[in-house]
Amino acid sequence: MIELKNIDKYYNIGTVNEICLFKDFNLKIQNGDFVSVIGSNGSGKTSMLNLICGSLQPENGSISLGGEDITKQKEFVRQRKIGRVYQDPAMGTCPSMTILENMSLADNKGRAYGLGLGTNKRRISHYREMLSQLGLGLEDMMGTKVGALSGGQRQAMALLMTTMTPIEFLILDEHTAALDPKTAELIMQLTDKIVREKNLTTVMVTHNLRFAVEYGNRLIMMHQGQAILDKAGKEKETLAIEDLLDQFNEISIETGN
Amino acid sequence: MEQLIIGVFEQGFIYAVMALGVYITYKILDFPDLSVDSTFPLGAAITTVLLMNGFNPILSLILSTAAGAAAGALTGIIHVKFRVRDLLSGIIMMTGLYTINLRITGGSANVPLFNYNTIFNNDFINKLFPEALEPYKTLIIITLIMLIAKLLLDLYLKTKSGFLLRAVGDNEKIVTSLAKDSGSVKIVGLSIANGLVALAGSVMCQQQRFFEISMGTGTIVIGLASVIIGTNIFKGNILKATTAVIIGSVIYKACVAAAIEIGLDSQDLKLITAILFLVILIISMDRKKKVKA
Repeated sequence: MIELKNIDKYYNIGTVNEICLFKDFNLKIQNGDFVSVIGSNGSGKTSMLNLICGSLQPENGSISLGGEDITKQKEFVRQRKIGRVYQDPAMGTCPSMTILENMSLADNKGRAYGLGLGTNKRRISHYREMLSQLGLGLEDMMGTKVGALSGGQRQAMALLMTTMTPIEFLILDEHTAALDPKTAELIMQLTDKIVREKNLTTVMVTHNLRFAVEYGNRLIMMHQGQAILDKAGKEKETLAIEDLLDQFNEISIETGN
Repeated sequence: MEQLIIGVFEQGFIYAVMALGVYITYKILDFPDLSVDSTFPLGAAITTVLLMNGFNPILSLILSTAAGAAAGALTGIIHVKFRVRDLLSGIIMMTGLYTINLRITGGSANVPLFNYNTIFNNDFINKLFPEALEPYKTLIIITLIMLIAKLLLDLYLKTKSGFLLRAVGDNEKIVTSLAKDSGSVKIVGLSIANGLVALAGSVMCQQQRFFEISMGTGTIVIGLASVIIGTNIFKGNILKATTAVIIGSVIYKACVAAAIEIGLDSQDLKLITAILFLVILIISMDRKKKVKA
């Protein structure tokens, strides 16, 4: 369970540009939920993810993960249970290291990074198998540096690397936004498959309304630091893209866009 | 002529050990670490005191490396824990260590070491080397130390910890994603780097048989030049980066030696060093990326 309680978050405190993003923001995400989050730019979607992951600190309020209060926990400590995939495919992989080295690095998450050999030869066939599921031919390029791969290939690897060790929560930050439509589709299907297989509690921020409607069991629309729409279960299933577009238009008129 | 070539290799290999350290900070960590200008003489200062007091020269290598590693870790702590900018952290250490180095040698800025046992001149080594190999003795020992340093670094970069070090310079976010503190990884990297630099300083003062407080000035320039020459000549995957850096260091020393050979004075050394570095930067175009960043 992910729980945000009475969150206050300001930007540029003490300057004329002070902005209040969240004021008494509350959100509860149940175990096993796959939540899609949509909303206009600046509505607080990514800030919410940053609050959960710890790259941003709230001024007030508390954040808990699986019942444990993590408000004061450092970002890297929180990542033991969390996996995060970013919008930029470059964020999830190491460009100057090979595919094999990247996979080995990710495979060791949760254990000590000591003076043992970085790659375990016995795991290579397992990596190949995982990579072959992507259908991108990466399994035959184990010695290639990841920097030489395309954005789609890197993002697919990032997703694999994030989810190959046991985690409980998956945070997806517009992870298909930088990809072409066909690759985006592939990554989205892969995401759904992994989330189901591993039963991960997932929060996905996206600008793709179709993905938001088609995937997941709950949908939230953010606006000015509030969840102005929150549909789950049956209600979400009947939701159509048109409904969301209407809602978007209303917001735009309201803010004068 | 032969003497000149041997000299180039001796100096080139000693500075290669230092350049391996700069390779870690500059290429792997992307951290412009100026503390090397003072950790190089730190190694020399510690060695000087140990040799004067009759300690085993091998011990001087080990203790110098350890002191350099501690100094490097401190640079890292200043940067990571107190959030001082990378360049400034190095400058603070560089300036502060100057005094420390002087204190270590008891205030002398210049100490001759001609009368003491060194790694190149002690009973054991002198007995081991036959007369015929005498002119190459120093070079052989330096080569050995350099190779050990290089092989250990190569091995380390293949370990899990080494993977994490390579990852942190490449993409700091991923280290955080792996639930590791990227700051600690940087501190470890700086520590190893400055350990190598201080080791080179220790070997240097034993080879030239004197300690001088300003012997570290320009170390960073020599290190960067070696790294940039090496990694640019051997682009792609032809050679291991560490091998390329060593060759870069020898090439650089050869250039300096050539400049002096054609008639430039040895007091022009720093100017030659600086101009040569500038020329290398312009040729390699490595600066473009760095200036923008």
